[in-house]
Amino acid sequence: MGTEESKVLQVRDLHVQLKTKNGVTDLIQDINFELKTGKILGLIGESGCGKTITSMSILQLLNPKETTIEGSIMLKGQELNGLVEKEMRKIRGKDIAFIMQNPMNAFTPVFTIGHQFVETIRSHTNWNKKQATELAIEAMKQVNLPDPDKLLKYYPFQLSGGMLQRVMIAIAASLHPAIIIADEPTTALDVNNQKKVLRHLDKVRSEYGSAILLISHDLGVIAELADEVAVMQHGKIVEKADVFQLFDAPKHEYTKKLLNARSTLYLDEPVINLI
Amino acid sequence: MITSIRMRFKNQRVIPICSTILGILFIIAIVAPWIAPHDPIAVNLAYKLQSPSWNYPLGTDHLGRCNLSRILYGARISLGFAMLIFISSLAIGLLIGTFSGYKGGWVDHVLMRFCDGVMAFPSLILVLGLVGIFGPGLPQVILALMLVQWVYYARMFRGMVLSLKEQNFISAAKISGSSQWKIIKNHIIPNVLPPLVVMGTLEMGWAIMDISAMSFLGLGVQSPTPEWGAMIHEGKSYIRTNPELMLYPGLSIMLVIVTFNLLGEALSERYGVKRRF
Amino acid sequence: MGNYILKRIMSIIPVFLLAALFTTGMVHLSSVDPAEAYLTAAHIQQTDEILAQKRHEFGLDQPFLVQYANSILKICQLDFGISYVSNKPVWDEVIYRIPATIQLALASILIAVLISVPLGFLAGVKKGSAIDHFSRLLSFFGASIPTFWLGYILVFFFSVKLNLFPVEGIGTWQHLVLPSITLALPLIAMYTRLLRSSVLENLQEPYVLFARTRGLKEKTIMAKHVLRIAISPMITGLGMNLGKLLTGTIIVESVFSWPGFGRYFIEAIFNRDIPVIQCYVLIAAILFILSNLLVDIIQMYIDPRISRKEGQH
Repeated sequence: MGTEESKVLQVRDLHVQLKTKNGVTDLIQDINFELKTGKILGLIGESGCGKTITSMSILQLLNPKETTIEGSIMLKGQELNGLVEKEMRKIRGKDIAFIMQNPMNAFTPVFTIGHQFVETIRSHTNWNKKQATELAIEAMKQVNLPDPDKLLKYYPFQLSGGMLQRVMIAIAASLHPAIIIADEPTTALDVNNQKKVLRHLDKVRSEYGSAILLISHDLGVIAELADEVAVMQHGKIVEKADVFQLFDAPKHEYTKKLLNARSTLYLDEPVINLI
Repeated sequence: MITSIRMRFKNQRVIPICSTILGILFIIAIVAPWIAPHDPIAVNLAYKLQSPSWNYPLGTDHLGRCNLSRILYGARISLGFAMLIFISSLAIGLLIGTFSGYKGGWVDHVLMRFCDGVMAFPSLILVLGLVGIFGPGLPQVILALMLVQWVYYARMFRGMVLSLKEQNFISAAKISGSSQWKIIKNHIIPNVLPPLVVMGTLEMGWAIMDISAMSFLGLGVQSPTPEWGAMIHEGKSYIRTNPELMLYPGLSIMLVIVTFNLLGEALSERYGVKRRF
Repeated sequence: MGNYILKRIMSIIPVFLLAALFTTGMVHLSSVDPAEAYLTAAHIQQTDEILAQKRHEFGLDQPFLVQYANSILKICQLDFGISYVSNKPVWDEVIYRIPATIQLALASILIAVLISVPLGFLAGVKKGSAIDHFSRLLSFFGASIPTFWLGYILVFFFSVKLNLFPVEGIGTWQHLVLPSITLALPLIAMYTRLLRSSVLENLQEPYVLFARTRGLKEKTIMAKHVLRIAISPMITGLGMNLGKLLTGTIIVESVFSWPGFGRYFIEAIFNRDIPVIQCYVLIAAILFILSNLLVDIIQMYIDPRISRKEGQH
């Protein structure tokens, strides 16, 4: 309960700069947060505020020729910032899993999803194809995908967005990662599929104890799933609080604005006050 | 991102430099008779195969003719006829393209399918086929090249007419007669000019390549007319002893084509025009 | 999928008919009288009677449509007429010479693919590196240099100066080297550039990022995922550029005195040997269509999206 060992990821003073011809520009700065076992941290903000940069720096996938990363990113006590690529690659997909925004584009179009699923598993384990396929089928069942062994033989374009997103969750969860970063996992989906996806993410969290960094610009998603929320604006975290606290009593101006943006419309309210 | 800035800078130099080079080449082609030191077809066996000297700056060929003069006159032929082919195929393409676009219907359909067929087929083989009908000779080659190249321009002008037609639909109700010309001037022409220039630049490069290839094969220019491709053909017998007979004309061809291609590429990048491969 | 192929093969027919029309018309447009040419080649004295008889034999006095129909029938039986020059059936002469051209073409394609695939791929993956600059230079000059001049440059350096390869002719594998390199260079220029730009485009795609987040090895991502998709436009280009290859064989065969179909074609043009010219143009047209079809089939195999979608219709 709040002890050191439940802190899976510690981000301290993360500062990312973009190198341009005219000098350096700050992309994100003074970023501090933690991910705890089995807890969900929601990261909210408008497009361009730095959410994706943050997740990419955790994964160490930013281009070193164009960016500089300062600060500390500790995964279970191991420093990720500046880690050699060979070691980092082992961590990606196994200890830190990633779920992308648009599932239709995420998969390689010319290989079956089974092929890509098994390929992911086998690049982190010593299992053979049969064992990996079995694990894949199990993981697919966990996200309620019908006929997994048949589904694995399909190509990405043959599945719907909702199904592909669940496959991504299955892949992410299959190796029991310590952290799952979900970047706008529901944005490309319709309401029904959104609910399913959120439910599965919740299940992964409670069954395997993975910590989840849930990135979204959708307040509803955050409200439903997150335990803690961090609000980002212009590359900085402007407020960080427990989810109930944030929604009931926001402290920062920007947070208030965000929350007000979806307030109900009172018919006798003069229009000028809403602007 | 840094690379793209560097590339844009490079482009800004490429276009003026290439244009200048081409301009110089064209001027050379025009004033060749005045600046060439000797008559390019004057045979002088006593002076054959000489090394460069003050009198003959690039030496002489196997018939004692001045190499430099032949190169300079060769520029006239290559550039001059490339220009001729460009203008005439442009004119034919303009006529047929606008007619096709204006008429529409099955006439348009048939004509455009025909153009597609010709465009897809390798041009040199068509040209050769036509020369097979007409017989060898420079006029026949020029005619054949014209007949093959107009289709590209026809397609382009037809597209322009189609968009013009659409414009007319929309604007007909609103705009009076005089403004229609303004639309043409301000909208249509700036849209047509870039692809036209890019196409023209690259097509001229191709035309020169084709003319010299045909002359090299012996099907174009007949001796003693000085043409770069033909000079390579004549020089090949002397490859062991006097390789420069092939070197000078070859370098000239390369210089012209490289310049055209560089310019065409830079222009197409600048104006975002797609090239045909 | 078989349906699709059948449909494509059927589409050859109208083009074939058009090409046959063209070649039949050629005889009339040309100033050469086939009857005269035949008699001249056969060294038979030409009197008016004999000329009229020959014309009748050739069917030249029949209406155009009849001649057209006749020539189509004949072509289907591989009868392309008699050469004006040698008086032997054109088809025999062609069959005799085609193997040399095929040998040259295959060697060039092989060289072109072996060089442009690694070169284009590496140029895209390592953009901005020395390999990239080299490939772009090669692409540019390969496309700008006149093929026949290139041939002689190679001959000059490798035959005359270094005496490594023979100057011309056919026979040993050494004879094949210079001509096929000459023919391959414009192809290399094009394919390298195509593959490079395709790779660059693909590197921006989301699936590459996702593959990285899954922890796949970079080499695997590049060589397995990216290459498989990126190579598709290059294969299309391969088919489209049969034309360049064909054109190239004509020139290269002339430069190196390679006894193939291309050189025969040029000789025929000089000799106004119309039947041979007709045959060449027709064969070129058909080859062209067939190669496009072959490319489509290969595409279907590589990219499952195409065949599945077609199959669903």
